[in-house]
Amino acid sequence: MFGRLKQMLIKELIQVVRDKRTRFILIGPPIIQMLVFGYAANFEIHNVSTVVVDMDHSQESRELISRFTSSPYFNVQEQLSDASRAHELIDQGKTTLALEIDAGFAQKLRNGETAPLQVIVDATNSNTALIASSYVSQIALGFAQQAQQEQIERIAPQVIEQVPSVQLEQRPWYNPDLRSRWFFVPGVIGSLTTVLVITLTSFAVVREREIGTLEQIMVTPIRPVEFILGKTLPFFLIGLFDALLIGAVGTFWFQIPFRGHFVVLLTGAVLFLICMLGMALLISTVSSTQQQAMVTAFFVIMPTITFSGFGFPISAMPHWMQLASYAIPLRYFLIVLRGTYLKGVGFDILWPQMAAMAGIGLFGLTMAISRFHKALD
Amino acid sequence: MSLTRLLAVARKEVLQILRDTRSLGIVVVMPVTLMLLFGYGVNIDLKGLPVYVYDQDGSQQSQDLLKHFQASPYFHIVRAVDNVPAIAHALDASQAKMGLVIPWNFSQRLSQGGPVEVQALVDASDDNTANVLMGYAQGVVQGYSTGVQISWMRSHGLSLQAAPINIATRTWYNEDLESRAFIIPGVLALVMSVIGAFLTSLTIAREWERGSMEQLISTPITAMEIMLGKLAPYFVLGMIDVAVCAVLAIAWFHVPFRGSYLTLTVSSALFLVVVLLLGFFISVAAKNQLAASQAALIITFLPAFLLSGFLFSIDQMPIVLQWITYIFPARYYVALLKKIFLKGTPAAMLGVDLLPLAGFTVVLALVATRSFHKRLE
Repeated sequence: MFGRLKQMLIKELIQVVRDKRTRFILIGPPIIQMLVFGYAANFEIHNVSTVVVDMDHSQESRELISRFTSSPYFNVQEQLSDASRAHELIDQGKTTLALEIDAGFAQKLRNGETAPLQVIVDATNSNTALIASSYVSQIALGFAQQAQQEQIERIAPQVIEQVPSVQLEQRPWYNPDLRSRWFFVPGVIGSLTTVLVITLTSFAVVREREIGTLEQIMVTPIRPVEFILGKTLPFFLIGLFDALLIGAVGTFWFQIPFRGHFVVLLTGAVLFLICMLGMALLISTVSSTQQQAMVTAFFVIMPTITFSGFGFPISAMPHWMQLASYAIPLRYFLIVLRGTYLKGVGFDILWPQMAAMAGIGLFGLTMAISRFHKALD
Repeated sequence: MSLTRLLAVARKEVLQILRDTRSLGIVVVMPVTLMLLFGYGVNIDLKGLPVYVYDQDGSQQSQDLLKHFQASPYFHIVRAVDNVPAIAHALDASQAKMGLVIPWNFSQRLSQGGPVEVQALVDASDDNTANVLMGYAQGVVQGYSTGVQISWMRSHGLSLQAAPINIATRTWYNEDLESRAFIIPGVLALVMSVIGAFLTSLTIAREWERGSMEQLISTPITAMEIMLGKLAPYFVLGMIDVAVCAVLAIAWFHVPFRGSYLTLTVSSALFLVVVLLLGFFISVAAKNQLAASQAALIITFLPAFLLSGFLFSIDQMPIVLQWITYIFPARYYVALLKKIFLKGTPAAMLGVDLLPLAGFTVVLALVATRSFHKRLE
């Protein structure tokens, strides 16, 4: 058995490595995609273009504005004297945010009344709008707190030391500078491996069928299990190679910290690749042309990536989607990736994910092999 | 150019599409699937984030603060623990997004006066979630603090106004700040990239792979006729998909539609022609289906997903990447879609995005026919 398997492996590897274009496909696209993802996938906001309409011209209003001017999140471009001009700029897409301070702002503050701050955000990008309004309210809250402190000082200067207050000291763990890239890059390793292994493997199997060489192979003494192993093992190795390659780009180019153990990540990657190979084989059993395989693979890959929590938190999805995500191996692999890269956790925490991937992988591979037998009979 | 020959090619292509039920199914099912996936799965509006608490004080006051968190729709207190390592473990294992630690002298410090610090340990591996969460937590604590100050002042016979600043945020174009309204118009660009580039490049690459293209060329048909004949059926399919997507977006997801159907049709038709030509060009340049599928992925799908402003805002990307986005047509189409759906920008102002698309059409038509000729020689 091992003699035949070895021959098959050698044949497959030669087939992959011989063609210059295929060689390029193994290295070029993964690296290009990693770079594009690493730079483009970003939910951070900096320098949001902002205009200010200050109708009050008081010390208070100027102080509030200066808090925005000194913030790295906002780029205060213009001080306007007319609200309608600000609305025009937003309509034209020339600015994202407008702050409006009405006349009487300082007077209300001094009287201890509630002073309104009007904020208009261009929410065509809801993410930018959400984060930007979150920063606006943090800045305004800080200003409000200070105003309240000053109010107390005016009313009762003698007791200012005794007035209690509660402050929140926030410690963002694992990613202290809140960098989007640290979140996305480990995830990209998982999703690119998914795309690569599923398309390459299913294409390779379907092509034999399309060209008719599958029948030729079947008349040789090779057994189906040997054929499947011989067909998938090279892609297992290629997948592992590409995962490591992309991982290296993440570590050395994007400088994402790796805090866990390599063995933990490797175990996760091996289990995940088994799941992906089973999936690819299943796709190849239901496709007779490469175009069909591509289209079917696309149908598997898109939900996989969306449901997995790659870009958007699973907890914000509708309930049925959250339930469906448990069947997606990438969900578990992403936890392993982020766990080993950012959190530095080991098997003691990640064993449930490993077990889930092992279960899904074995189930998928068994299904694929039994279906493959049928397809050949 | 002969219309009869052109129609003959188109008719053959239509028959081929109709015979392959799966590909036909894809054309109908894919836009719906992508719409549902992105409509439901892409959401950053977070609610009920799991929180662990370690209340060292266990007093009336500390319980009061926790009630403020419990009352917020954004937090859900899952468990109370009695040591910090338990919180660290919960963050490590992603069972909690935040751990609150209330110091043992919380109530004592409050009655003595002066500031008290409460600690929030936040899982920031997902920077976006962490960012929004920290903003909400800050708001809750500040609200509590203000309440404490007011009642303290009152008990000392002084009056203090709450919340001296009222932030009235208006999110324009997408009033409920729904991720859906921002994401869904862009899904059209994804759907059309897949239909336009993937399907066409694979079908035509298959003809090259099997040698039937050479047979076709030995007939009196011209290159232009082949190209137009092959692409015409896919153009019709693509436009059907635009209609399906638009109906779903407006009727099912209630995405606002403020522009005109005419501008939507014109922009979509123009973009579709561009991606179809790209698909044709890819199939001519690539030697086989595998190479064609990878090229289509990198040249059309990836830019439509990452570099178009569909999910990630272009103005937050590194400057070099911002330049690169200009050479991909998806950028202009996504901009058009957002303007037409959300802003209702008048047609006269859409020229900035329509003209580049028209430019792409001309250039690609020339390049595609020329490379087609070259390949034949």
